[in-house]
Amino acid sequence: MKKLMKGNEAIAEAAIQAGCKCYFGYPITPQNEVPEYMSWRLREMGGVFKQAESEVASVNMVYGAGAAGVRAMTSSSGLGIALMQEGITNLASTQVPAVFLNVMRGGPGLGTIQASQADYNQMTRGGGNGDYYLPTYAPSTLQEACDLIQKAFDTAFKYRTPVGVMVDATIGNMMESVDIKENVQPDPSIPDVNEWCIRGGRREDGSVHRIKGLFNVPEECEAFNEELAKKYDKIRENEVMVDIKDCEGADVVIVAYGTTARIAKQTMKLGKENGLKIGMVRPQTVWPFPYDELREACRDAKGVLCAEMAIDQLLQDVKLALEGTKPIATYHRLSGVMPSANDMYDACVKLAKEAK
Amino acid sequence: MGEMIYKRTDFLKARPTHYCPGCTHGLEHKLVGEVLEELGVIDRSIMVISVGCSAPAYDYANVDNIACLHGRAPATATGVKAALPDSIVYLHQGDGDLLSIGLDETISAAGRGENITVVFANNNIYGMTGGQMAATTLIGQKATTCPAGRDPHLDGYPMKACEMIATLTAPKLVARTALYDIPHIIQTKKILKKAFQNQIDKKGYSFVEILSTCPTNWHMSPQASMEHVKNEMEEVYPLGIFKDED
Amino acid sequence: MLKEVIFSGFGGQGALLIGQVLAMAGVIEDLNATYRPTYGFEKRGGVAFCDVILSDEEIGTPVIENPEVAVIMDEASFKRFEPLVKKGGAMFYNTSLISSKPTRDDIEYFEVPCNDMAKELGNDKVANMILLGAYVGYSKAVAMDSVEAGLKAKLGHGKEKTIPLNRKALEMGAAIAAK
Repeated sequence: MKKLMKGNEAIAEAAIQAGCKCYFGYPITPQNEVPEYMSWRLREMGGVFKQAESEVASVNMVYGAGAAGVRAMTSSSGLGIALMQEGITNLASTQVPAVFLNVMRGGPGLGTIQASQADYNQMTRGGGNGDYYLPTYAPSTLQEACDLIQKAFDTAFKYRTPVGVMVDATIGNMMESVDIKENVQPDPSIPDVNEWCIRGGRREDGSVHRIKGLFNVPEECEAFNEELAKKYDKIRENEVMVDIKDCEGADVVIVAYGTTARIAKQTMKLGKENGLKIGMVRPQTVWPFPYDELREACRDAKGVLCAEMAIDQLLQDVKLALEGTKPIATYHRLSGVMPSANDMYDACVKLAKEAK
Repeated sequence: MGEMIYKRTDFLKARPTHYCPGCTHGLEHKLVGEVLEELGVIDRSIMVISVGCSAPAYDYANVDNIACLHGRAPATATGVKAALPDSIVYLHQGDGDLLSIGLDETISAAGRGENITVVFANNNIYGMTGGQMAATTLIGQKATTCPAGRDPHLDGYPMKACEMIATLTAPKLVARTALYDIPHIIQTKKILKKAFQNQIDKKGYSFVEILSTCPTNWHMSPQASMEHVKNEMEEVYPLGIFKDED
Repeated sequence: MLKEVIFSGFGGQGALLIGQVLAMAGVIEDLNATYRPTYGFEKRGGVAFCDVILSDEEIGTPVIENPEVAVIMDEASFKRFEPLVKKGGAMFYNTSLISSKPTRDDIEYFEVPCNDMAKELGNDKVANMILLGAYVGYSKAVAMDSVEAGLKAKLGHGKEKTIPLNRKALEMGAAIAAK
């Protein structure tokens, strides 16, 4: 049944319905409704909520619970996610699953509390050390945010990896009618956590489970890195998600995600009314990025417009996908100033004209 | 056949440790192991390993264990305990990990009264990284980052963990012990047992600071190191029970 | 069916509340709804406005650039949103607090002295409900019973006794739109 819910609360509820049993978090605007909701709802559902002393502590609490094979998560905004980066690379190296929700605000630094997508590099390139990646979903509507945070837990456990979900503050703070899937069962292909998690004591055969990311011998660490790389290849192969609309025969293709993609839909409507064919490629995963799908979808386009609430961050991946085959223009608004469908349309018109 | 009067604790693997001769870390692991065995909780024990000299202890623990980022062991233990409330969690932390980089996590876990047992090996120095000054380094004590000896005007004064933690409401047991002779070893074991019994009984947070040796970085013989604990360290860090609530 | 409206005032006037109530009323009628609030750090005093969209189809952007209707509670919001209302659209504005005069001839204006009217009802707090009633009466976006149900859901238990007064305020506003 559809219910009108606030974004942050709906996402929290969706996580609980996907089996999230432990939440650890530190207050930061614009995601405070997540810990507030979890504090009563998760406890009501028999889970554990802890307000951590910092984001540094949050991520390490998540580490402890995830190491025990439990579905655990935290949420924050860019500044807090920055503090968690050491913990995220540690989870990647210890292969502990967990979900990180980033409700993005304007940066750099303290910036603003309003909507932004300027954490694209932070989520897809990361700030932690070493050869690791953070598979990250970038939903566009509240419904999709709920669906994808539920999927994020499966992905985390399927591959034993930390997984990110990033939404701009618009999605976190708005209310929208949503239908949250209840009591979602884990993907049956997920390996049994008891094969690796800590439980206390040891197995019947005397074996002990160790969760660690430190190596004494360089060759061992190198071999581990190669294994990790294979895992990321598998994720690239299987987990890319992208929504492609009206790209066949399009004059211009817009590449956008999150709320910017919703605004782009309005731009597409304006195109229809005025005789300019506009298509859209909307990455639902930003790592792994839909490089091949994007290149293929832009085949007919005269030009590609990269629209984001950030300066040329998504653009880097768009360039990697197109490999110089198409003219690219950009459109952005920043720090909580919302992109305009009208201005985006004007950018499309200009691009179509120049690309001829 | 003779009667078996002593055996290696089942908590540890049968292998030599990397600890330097005369270092007390190994003895501390052993005492905790004996206590956990006597309390009959080995089968649900988890060792939470910090960064410092005890970082490679994942090779010694004969139970499930988790290696933490520097300073974060109390947060990670909080997460483990949230997921596994019936597990018995043993944290082993040094002075860099517990007092400097991890002070927030230490105090906050104690303040929340997490049902965990923290063993703090205080040896007044950064051992693993080669003998730098710690928050606990004594006034006048030489270290590689205070080669002329710790000067309080430049480097401040030694920080006292038990005294700080004992000001909090939640902790159930806060004690400082030493290992320089048999009576003190026996006393330490007794206190450790109480600390883990508290956890088994779900009473809450227990903190045991053990004055530990670092012959290598103190540039002393093992024997002289023990004398140093007794004669110098104890003066700044008095032994005793700072808090013991039932 | 697609209805787009902006409610705007200064923090504490209740512009966000009536936006939420309208969105809830929409969901009660099985419509899709989005409610997008915008406000600053401060809980009171700063500009607070919200975009509300109701539709029987999937809603695209939740951001309204040019609203069909703007419901305006204070002077600053009047200046900000008057130029943005779509041609042929409408603006409801609180003449109890706004001294600015209409400057456009391509939109319809409704004067709603809602603070004075609320005082007549004996409670200044329902001024926002009078404006919501005016909008609903004008747009017929949802039934007034759904608005009441949405308000009940929003207020939660223990505040049911305020419902009759709020209903009266809603009807009073609707009457202005019917004129």
